[in-house]
This record gives sequence, structure tokens and C-alpha cells, in this order.
Amino acid sequence: MTTRRFWAFIEQEEGHAHPVSWELLGVVRRLALQVREEAEAAGDEVVVEGVLLGHDVEHIAQEALCYGADRVYLFDSPVFEYYRNRPYYKMLAEAAQKYEPEVFLIGATTLGRDLAGAIATSLRTGLTADCTKLEMGEVKGAKQKLLLATRPAFGGNIMATILCRKHRPQMSSVRPRVFPMPEYNPHPQGEVVREPVGITEADALARVLEFVRPEGESVNIEYADVIVSGGRGLGTPEGFGLIKQLSDALGGVVGASRPCIDAGWIGYAHQVGQSGKTVRPKLYIAAGISGALQHKVGMQNSDFIIAINTDPDAPIFDVADVGIVGDLYEVIPAMLEQLEAWRGKARGSGGGHQEVSA
Amino acid sequence: MFHALVAVKQVPDTTNIRIDPETGNLVREGVPAIMNPYDAHALAEAIRWKRQLGGKVTVVSMGPPNFIVTIREAVEMGADRGVLVSDRKFAGADTLATSYVLAETIQAIHEKDPIDVVFFGKQAIDGDTAQVGPGVAVRMDLPIVTYVVKIRELDLEQRRIVVERKTERWTEVIESQLPVLLTCDKEIAEIPFAPLPDLIRSLRYDPEMWTMSGPLEFDKGQVGVRGSPTIVFKMGTPPLPEAGEKINTREVGVAEAVKQTFAKADAAGILDTVLGGAR
Repeated sequence: MTTRRFWAFIEQEEGHAHPVSWELLGVVRRLALQVREEAEAAGDEVVVEGVLLGHDVEHIAQEALCYGADRVYLFDSPVFEYYRNRPYYKMLAEAAQKYEPEVFLIGATTLGRDLAGAIATSLRTGLTADCTKLEMGEVKGAKQKLLLATRPAFGGNIMATILCRKHRPQMSSVRPRVFPMPEYNPHPQGEVVREPVGITEADALARVLEFVRPEGESVNIEYADVIVSGGRGLGTPEGFGLIKQLSDALGGVVGASRPCIDAGWIGYAHQVGQSGKTVRPKLYIAAGISGALQHKVGMQNSDFIIAINTDPDAPIFDVADVGIVGDLYEVIPAMLEQLEAWRGKARGSGGGHQEVSA
Repeated sequence: MFHALVAVKQVPDTTNIRIDPETGNLVREGVPAIMNPYDAHALAEAIRWKRQLGGKVTVVSMGPPNFIVTIREAVEMGADRGVLVSDRKFAGADTLATSYVLAETIQAIHEKDPIDVVFFGKQAIDGDTAQVGPGVAVRMDLPIVTYVVKIRELDLEQRRIVVERKTERWTEVIESQLPVLLTCDKEIAEIPFAPLPDLIRSLRYDPEMWTMSGPLEFDKGQVGVRGSPTIVFKMGTPPLPEAGEKINTREVGVAEAVKQTFAKADAAGILDTVLGGAR
């Protein structure tokens, strides 16, 4: 009997887990289920495990159990107090050599992208970046199911499914919000295993002198509930003023498509798409965005999408729940007006009003 | 004297890539090839420090012979030496095989002419993987700092560098030993206009061509398809989701279009959730 281990890297900073860690646990749980039948037939065991590095982060290990890990390996040491490439990758490569996981997923955050390539190279295995679809599937010539890792390629214009036939672990990075959050179980069965740490400060070769936190409001579009995005159709950078008005009215944040970032109209932190952020808000409004594939892959998992474009054939309409063919400079003011009227009525009638529009 | 090495890649200008709707193939015709923009900014920073401290900038690229154009472009910007590592056997390399060839090449240059800083772009715009820089650092056992937006201090005597690294949460001010490998974002430096002498030199510049036959001995098992653990299983255009309804403002008027849109969002329970606080 062998144990087939499916690993998720549990990312944390300052004692807070990054939610992508739980999304990854949800994915590996699903992948593990996909091989269960074949494993049972062969008498193999399948386990979902999290790996966590940090200092005084036992509470995060417990949280990982609640999000579906059967077991969490905890590497607790002052050397992992904050993230650094070398100590982290060396420790994780060592852990992977010890336990030989079959699949190892890492969040494609700035931390995870820094880390994943280093681990994969150290283990001399394959790594597929920014996967948008992950399945365990049968492949001709392979005895067991393999990880089929699908990612957008060529600037998001085509989807490529990548295999790693012989080398282990099969590694992939996954962006936040590409996969849904798994359910939280307040009474989990799993266990936390404390692992010895041989890595020391001397292995680091670099240290952080200072953390400079951004001043004022920082934009976090990844986990926003409402995003109003502008594209080239705005015509001018000033157009984002109107986008901001609508996003404020909806309690949301401002997004943008790549041409606006390339043109310097708005900062990179606002970029939605393959080369920006992947988002899945409850409401996504795309104004003046034609809908290049590279943009669509970043927002098509939103719960409800409204697209506004003058071109009735714009590809953005393919992913929209409702498409308004029209000029955003007429449509958005009308939206603001109707929202305002609606709010006024809602206040006036003590909150019992059910009609949306004026 | 400062010695910077910059790894550059030629990429198709992905903003111009299209898919032929009938065949589903990439339309490559008329797509201009450019130096990966992040690499260009990293190179600009390397050149800026060279001009300040004295020294030289070496550029390395792996790819087909037409990558010479990109190396010439680097020389035009102020690079002193260019090495193109090119062989048919390198074709089909994934990031692991690419990092092998680049690391071997950079290591060989480093042994003859010690390098202080290895620069990479944060990622290439055609693959967006951001894996090759970290891979080369691991293979050369160098400290690495990714997503660098600024070099604050570079002290060749004390063998130390202080850089700013921008993450999603904050900016880290990091001190590292030299030599170090940095992967850079665009903010690191503006791309300067090429001085005339560099421009003239670049027109005639022929980079050194390194191949499987020399001057280095590459391990056949670690390059190209053979050295790549990952393979492309299949390619395709993504499935089209079911499109929703389109409402034309010219047909129903702007106010009515918005009204209908909000009604649909409300029917889907979206407005309740989103505007819950106001209701």
C-alpha cells in the first residue's frame, strides 16, 4: 500500500492565512476524490495535506484542518517569521523529498510565485503557472491518473493543458479567486504534525530591513464584492472619475483592463485579467471593455456580469449576464440616477421597498 | 568595476496576437517581435548603474537565431557584450530546461568575469510564468529578490545591495549579499534614448553564438524537450459560456435599458446582496 499525498501550501503572513490557501485545499480535496476509486482498487490511501511555515502559527494549522486538510505539517521556527525565498524553498523542497507528494499546489500570489519556481527547480520537476482548471485525468500510457493542468497561454488567447508525466510532485500555481472557497468545518478530524526545522538564519543570505506599508487606502480588487471596470472605451483617463462614482455608489472598487494600465491611465493594482488580478465578485460591471480573452479569464467567474459597450459584437457580451449596447457616458449616469432614486425610496419607506428602478 | 548580467527574451507583442476564428490557430503574421518589456526595464537599470559606477553589462538570451535583433537592441541601449545561446536542440524547452541552459551560461560567464548582479524581468509577457528567474537563482545558488522596483544602494566593496521589493501587501526593503539575482518590475527604470555611438555600434554588432557544440558542454538530457518535465497535452480555445441578454439603448432608450438591467440583477438576488446595507 502506498500513500498518495495531495498537498496545498498554506500561505500566511503576520499570522494571517491568505484565503487562497483554503481555495487550494478545496481543489486538492476534489483532486483526491477523483483518484479515490483507482486508489481503492489498488489498495492505496489518498490524503489531503497542508504544509505551513511560520512562527507561532499553530492557529493557522488548526484553521487548515477546518478547511479540509486531513493533516497539516507545521514547520515552526523564528527563521520563518516573515517570508524569504531561500529558507522557505529549501525547507519545502526538503519536506517534499521526505513525503513525496503526488501533487503540490501553491497560490500564485507574489509570495507564491517567488516560491514555486524555486521549489520546482530545486526538485527538478515540472510547474505549471496560473492554472484555471485542474483535474486528475486518465492519460494514455500512464498507470495512474495524472494532473491535467490547464492555463491560458499566449497572453490568454488560447488554453493549454499541461502534463508532467514522470517527475513528482506535479506542481501548479493557482491564482486567488480562480477556485471557490471550500466549506468550513468547525469540528475537523485531522491532525497537526510538527516537523523539525534544520534551516537556520545563515541559509537566508538576505534580510528585510523594513516593511513599508502603503499609505492611505490600498486597493484590493481580488476579494471585492463589487467591481466596476473601465476599458479603452473610456477614451480618456478622466473617464475613471465616472467609473469611480459608480463603484462608490455600489460600495465597490475600480477595476480596469490592460490597455488602460499600459497607457498609464490607472495603476496596475486595478488591472483585471491574465496579466493582472483574477476576480470573482458578486457584481462585475465592465464599461468600455471589448473583452479580450486575457481580460475575460480574469473575471468570467463573477456571480453577475453587466457589460456596457457601443459595439454590439464586442466579445465581452459573451460572458455577460446582461449586456447594454450603448454609450457608457449615457448609461452610467442613468445607473447613478436610478440607484440614487432607489436609495431615496428605500430610506423613505423604512427599507421595505422592493422596486429597483425609479 | 561593476559587472551586470541581464537575461533578455524576445517575445511576440501579445497585445497584437489574434486567433483565426476558423482554424483556431494563432495568427503570427504581422505580429511584431519585441524585447520583453520587463527585461528592457531591467536592462535600463543595469546600464544606469554601469554609467554611475563604471563597468560593463553583458546580455544573455536563449532562443532562435533571430533573437540577434533583440541582443542588438540591448547593445543599442548600452549593453557591452551579448551572448545568444541557440541550438535546435533547445527547442520545446519548458521553464526547467530554460533555467538549466541560462544558469550554465551565466555561471560560465561568471567564472571568467565575476558578476555582481544578475537581472531578469519579473516575467515574460508571452508566458507570464515568472519561473525562470527563480529557477536560475536556485541552480546558481544565488540569493534572489523578485518584484524589485528600486535599487537603493549598491556597494561593491562591502558586497551588499539594498533593494525595494513590491508585494501585494507592502514594500519590503531588503538587504542582500552580492552576487544577487533580481527580477524587476517596470518601475525600476525608465528606458533611455540610445546615445548615438551605441546606436551605431549596435548596427554592426554580432553577438557571440553559443551552441550545443561549444564553448560549453550542455547535458543533452537537460535541454529542450528531453529536459522538460512538462509537455503540452492539448491546446484549444476556451469554451464559450452562454451569453446573456443584450439590451440596445437605441431600441429601448437609456433609462429603460438600465431599468431592465437592474431588474435582472435584482431577480438574480444580486442587488439585495450588494446594496444590502441600504435596504
